[in-house]
Amino acid sequence: MENSPDSAASLLEVRGISKSFGAVRALQEVDFTLRAGEIHALLGENGAGKSTLIKVITGVFQRDAGIVRIGGEEVAPRSAKAALQAGIATVYQEVNLLPNLSVAQNLFLDRQPMRFGVVREGEMRRRAKALLADFGLDIDVSAPLGNYSVAIQHVTAIARAVDLSARVLILDEPTASLDRHEVEILFGIMRQLAKRGIGIVFVSHFLDQVYEISDRITVLRNGRLVGERETASLSRLELIRMMLGRELAETTSARASAGAQTAREVCASFEGYGKAGYVAPFNLELRHGEVVGLAGLLGSGRTETARLVFGAERPDRGQARVEGAPVRLQSPRDGVRHGFGYCPEERKTDGIVAELTVRENIVLALQAKRGLHRPLSRREQDEIASRYVKMLDIRPPDPDRPVGLLSGGNQQKVLLARWLATSPRLLVLDEPTRGIDVGAHAEIIRLIRELCDDGLALLVISSELDEIVTYSDRVVVLRDRAHVEELAGEAIDVGSILAAIAADGASVAHEGRA
Amino acid sequence: MTALLPRRGLAQILALIVILAVDRVVSPQFFDLRLQDGRLFGSLIDVLNRGTPVALLSLGMVLVIATRGIDLSVGAVMAISGAIAASLADSHSLAVVLAAALGAGLICGLWNGFLVAVLGMQPIVATLILMVAGRGIAQLITEGRIVTFSSPDLVWFGNGSILGLPVSVAIALGMLILTGAVVRGSALGLLIEATGGNARASELAGVGTRAMILAVYVWCGVCAALAGVIAAADIMGADANNAGLWLELDAILAVVIGGTSLFGGRFSLVLAVLGALIIQTMNTGILLSGYPPEFNLLVKAVVVLAVLLLQSPKLSGFADVVTRLRRTKA
Repeated sequence: MENSPDSAASLLEVRGISKSFGAVRALQEVDFTLRAGEIHALLGENGAGKSTLIKVITGVFQRDAGIVRIGGEEVAPRSAKAALQAGIATVYQEVNLLPNLSVAQNLFLDRQPMRFGVVREGEMRRRAKALLADFGLDIDVSAPLGNYSVAIQHVTAIARAVDLSARVLILDEPTASLDRHEVEILFGIMRQLAKRGIGIVFVSHFLDQVYEISDRITVLRNGRLVGERETASLSRLELIRMMLGRELAETTSARASAGAQTAREVCASFEGYGKAGYVAPFNLELRHGEVVGLAGLLGSGRTETARLVFGAERPDRGQARVEGAPVRLQSPRDGVRHGFGYCPEERKTDGIVAELTVRENIVLALQAKRGLHRPLSRREQDEIASRYVKMLDIRPPDPDRPVGLLSGGNQQKVLLARWLATSPRLLVLDEPTRGIDVGAHAEIIRLIRELCDDGLALLVISSELDEIVTYSDRVVVLRDRAHVEELAGEAIDVGSILAAIAADGASVAHEGRA
Repeated sequence: MTALLPRRGLAQILALIVILAVDRVVSPQFFDLRLQDGRLFGSLIDVLNRGTPVALLSLGMVLVIATRGIDLSVGAVMAISGAIAASLADSHSLAVVLAAALGAGLICGLWNGFLVAVLGMQPIVATLILMVAGRGIAQLITEGRIVTFSSPDLVWFGNGSILGLPVSVAIALGMLILTGAVVRGSALGLLIEATGGNARASELAGVGTRAMILAVYVWCGVCAALAGVIAAADIMGADANNAGLWLELDAILAVVIGGTSLFGGRFSLVLAVLGALIIQTMNTGILLSGYPPEFNLLVKAVVVLAVLLLQSPKLSGFADVVTRLRRTKA
């Protein structure tokens, strides 16, 4: 990381920013430089620190250390409004305007043209129309904003920001809900703004779009700066390596030697399984005693695959089989009934019931499976809970403590216990090691191997490639919401997974998204 | 059954004792009981008797609130069931009268549950519909008049006695035991608490969250209907305009005083009923004190605030920290 000598041209300068939430260090000494008139992509997987960085820059969070300069002048905004006054505007994926107000009202909210204490509606509409015309938009500005597409709402938000004399424009996943044509329009506007000297920070997980629009790229991983590169001289493989890989210590599959996979019995299989606009049809066989890893970038369809397999999302094509017999998986209840378990990525919102105790959280799925009329007695509950607290070494070893008070790693173990108590045949784990400390991390990986040796079938998603390589018998690689490659045995190593992720997939990039 | 009365009931019991003591001061005969015609009389019995409708409502309401919902329509459902009971009382057998009145409550509950669980409406809006429409329906049933009846069977609900206790009180007690047995004797209690605590997570764990939500609104409707029958029997008539008026608010208050959070999750049936008794003890005490009724609302507000302060997470969190520190030192 060379110090940019041309700091005169840099519009926004971030130096040595750190931010912690409790014991979690979300950002550690991160630098970021935005030049006037450039489009700068900010990339990283979930939890890399992109949103934290943006929120620190825009004053939503207060930084612990470091400085932020705009045009050479140090700023420390204490609110989004203060940031706006300093010239930094942010447009989030969920447009934060008021859908029930008119387009014109949204554009001039808080600064309507007034005369004698009355809003001059005509004047406001005229100015709104002129403003949007700059962006090539000719719409009825008196209609409620909510009547228009997300693309137009985005352009309105951008127009408002620019009109508020923003010099730095931060676009957080602006294209996530746009179709190809709308993306083109947005990109046109972005280029036009860049020409006017505005610096644009572009956060996206669509790498094709990043290569199409950005001048430079900054990559974060685990709260640290990985590097800053010129887009033109950065290969796709190198970029993905920056985002996912550690130092490429060629980890090969520790399980690869197990070899004889064909001998294992098929536990569940999915044929032509998929859902339009969600994930392209795929074939997947999950065998007893085997770990299948799902690898791919954020938004590549990993979680979507997991949800379809478990039954949390309904497929619109394909056939699922459990132990050879055709089944319908229409709801989580179906999944549970067929002996599936699913530990979702978002532990707090989709996993634990925070105020209930460890014991209650552990028995929840088993109780749901047994039905209302066959309640587990308190003694049975205690027995199950203490068995798993001991087996998984859940700390503190108190089954009557509300699970919300436990650390992330222990909450994850409670969720594992919840499913193990149902004696499942298949476990789907979505990022089982995210956001948990190093010790618990190793334990969970050890557990995954042990469970597998006991004959369970496992489908595991992880952004940590060397982790996937360590425990997987097979690895399915996803890209742009489709399964693109399956690696088995000796063929599994970080390099070949990266190559499969990076292979040029532009042709299928936006297929199937409305 | 242990979960019926969790450790955290202390604040409520304390509050009830304090209010009873104050009542004793303003009215020296407050604790006097006498037996007449095989039935107990006295201020305490009055409290129980008058508190019955809200206690019944709170039994259903606490389950609804545990799922992170709310039912504003219970007062209106009382009016409907009271109107039905009063209109049928003199021409039909008690069994038919009860079946019709409770059936109406069940249908009302199904309607609310359908709106919330199936259509995904916000509970406060969904039940507001029936809160408004229900009173209209009740008025249509009574044709805008106050319908009176003299059927001794139904009147017995209002002023009969079982083992010295007013019938209504015995019914409320029976309902508490029945609800407790169903909810805690099956897995319903755990699954309701899980649904209210985190519906998304519960659904992913295989809990039939929709069925849970539907069930609690149905039960709430039935409880409200029963409260409506008792209220009608008490005055030997149905007044569609005033039966159960504003009682939904008292029921919600009782649940909140009983320590169940409006954000759903943990609930206690016993404490919700205790909450209803606290409210009624206060009402009766103020009436007996001879203060102008204007004071009633003010005093009520102050006492409610005190109970809520006693159980506020900030205060109890503070207490928790203190005990934990002591424990670690020991």
